[in-house]
Amino acid sequence: MTAITRAEVEHLARLARLQLSADELDHYAGQLDVILQSVARVAEVTADDIPPTSHPIPVENVYRDDVARPGLDRAEIAAGAPAWEDDRFRVPRILDEE
Amino acid sequence: MSTAHDTVDFDEALAMFEPVLGIETHVELGTNSKMFCSCATAFGADANTQVCPVCLGLPGSLPVVNRTAVESTIRMGLALNCSIAPWCRFARKNYFYPDMPKDYQVSQYDEPLCFNGYLDVTVETDDGPRVFRVEIERVHMEEDTGKLTHAGGTTGRIHGADYSLVDYNRAGIPLIEIVTKPIVGTGVLAPQVAKAYVAELRDLMRALGVSDVRMEEGSLRCDVNVSLNLPGAEWGTRSETKNVNSLRSVERAVHSEIERQAAVLTTGGRVIQETRHFHEDTGRSTSGRSKEQAEDYRYFPEPDLVPVAPSEEWIEELRGTLPELPALKRARLQAAWGIGEHELQTIVNAGALELVEAAIADGVDPAAARKWWTGELARIANDRDLELTDLPVTSAQIRRVEELVADGSLNDKLARQVFDGVIAGEGDVDAVVAGRGLAVVSDDSSLLAAIDEALAAQPDVAEKIRGGKVQAAGAIVGAVMKTTRGQADAAKVRALLLERLGVSE
Repeated sequence: MTAITRAEVEHLARLARLQLSADELDHYAGQLDVILQSVARVAEVTADDIPPTSHPIPVENVYRDDVARPGLDRAEIAAGAPAWEDDRFRVPRILDEE
Repeated sequence: MSTAHDTVDFDEALAMFEPVLGIETHVELGTNSKMFCSCATAFGADANTQVCPVCLGLPGSLPVVNRTAVESTIRMGLALNCSIAPWCRFARKNYFYPDMPKDYQVSQYDEPLCFNGYLDVTVETDDGPRVFRVEIERVHMEEDTGKLTHAGGTTGRIHGADYSLVDYNRAGIPLIEIVTKPIVGTGVLAPQVAKAYVAELRDLMRALGVSDVRMEEGSLRCDVNVSLNLPGAEWGTRSETKNVNSLRSVERAVHSEIERQAAVLTTGGRVIQETRHFHEDTGRSTSGRSKEQAEDYRYFPEPDLVPVAPSEEWIEELRGTLPELPALKRARLQAAWGIGEHELQTIVNAGALELVEAAIADGVDPAAARKWWTGELARIANDRDLELTDLPVTSAQIRRVEELVADGSLNDKLARQVFDGVIAGEGDVDAVVAGRGLAVVSDDSSLLAAIDEALAAQPDVAEKIRGGKVQAAGAIVGAVMKTTRGQADAAKVRALLLERLGVSE
């Protein structure tokens, strides 16, 4: 039994804006399947007393004071932008979403 | 309203169907700095001057949570009678859109900071005020997105635009999202309940000081979900109307969506689950993206931020900072001012409660404070599409106008012009009076001259009055008011007129 189907990989690729050929889909579906099956094996040995972990270090409640500080210089930002116009980032046109 | 064939009249619609509402409200918190970085949050700053590596999503940058934003969210949750999560995380909501440079928005997914609360709202009905309890599903924290300007093309809108320009000043400003549970049982009051709920939320946030809620600056935005079902049947398919950014629009969006869905359903159609866009100019919405394909944001816990785990002590400390909540405050002021529920609602609906309270505290006569703030000033604000609180009118100016009315220098009509001038920036009360030449004509001889002129112009009316038809005097008084451009005291004109003709009341 596979842990991930080719159709699921195709869907994920679309969400991630990756264009994969049929060969690539087969290739990555196989690789992802191996990874997921390995993770599933680890899951088998976890007991109910081990909670799922999202953060490896047990730290909570890290906050900063609400004090505003100057950010980057605009010329500096513009220099790093692929395209810049009228003090703004220029991006390609956006289709059918609003 | 049902002039178009694609809607069913509102009352007809709700004679057949029951509405179910759901409202998601996004509010920008009034913090000094952003949610996850120290950039400033001032509205109207030059484009891309309040940005840093964190809110620009540059590699290697790390976010840190703004403590005040967490506290504001908890305080809001407490004011909404919510439970506060003892432990919760942020999550990444992944999507490709240039309003977020990271290609994800940091939000909360299945672990909101506050959940299961309620807010009671009051609406006016023919049978007096009625209270609805709106249940709150959740209050969670997230960050606002950048602002896009669509350039090129012919329309200036996204369709047909050649490219877009992005200003990331707004990206990362703390937002709270407040989501209701389904609101049922409102019937024809659905639009008013929706409006009253958003108004109450706004007042609550202002009272808490967590946001100044400037709707015209987009600091409060609503998505309104509406569905219709036959009585006793399962709930219908809902639509979600976005861009609903004023109290009036909330009311209109619910109203028009009920009419639209009823038309679809009564002609044998099917309501599609979709996003609709609300247009302020027409008060109607147009179809947007279909939601047939469920959105797939691939939420996962934000690895760069550690969990938020507010202690009992912290929560209780914050509970201790809650001010008098608006509903209690209204009850207190109503009693203190000795006014009825209806008059109170008029003041509340005009958004004038705090203004009236402040004016009275500043020594303005209570009746005058209520009269001006709910009357002429509210009308001027409405005409100019401003919030009442944005009118540059001070208590001292109201006091001065009242003094001038009391000593007979101004009448109500002229007083309105004075406020109009003050708001138009023509100076203080006395400056406007002088500048516009506004003063009641109290000089008897010039009034008598105007009366004689009016009598000569309307001899038949003059004859009627002489014959004892005192009610005909109105025509002459009106003519005199017109020639004096409203600058006369109507009661005085009437008295002089009757004296002139030797008639008594």
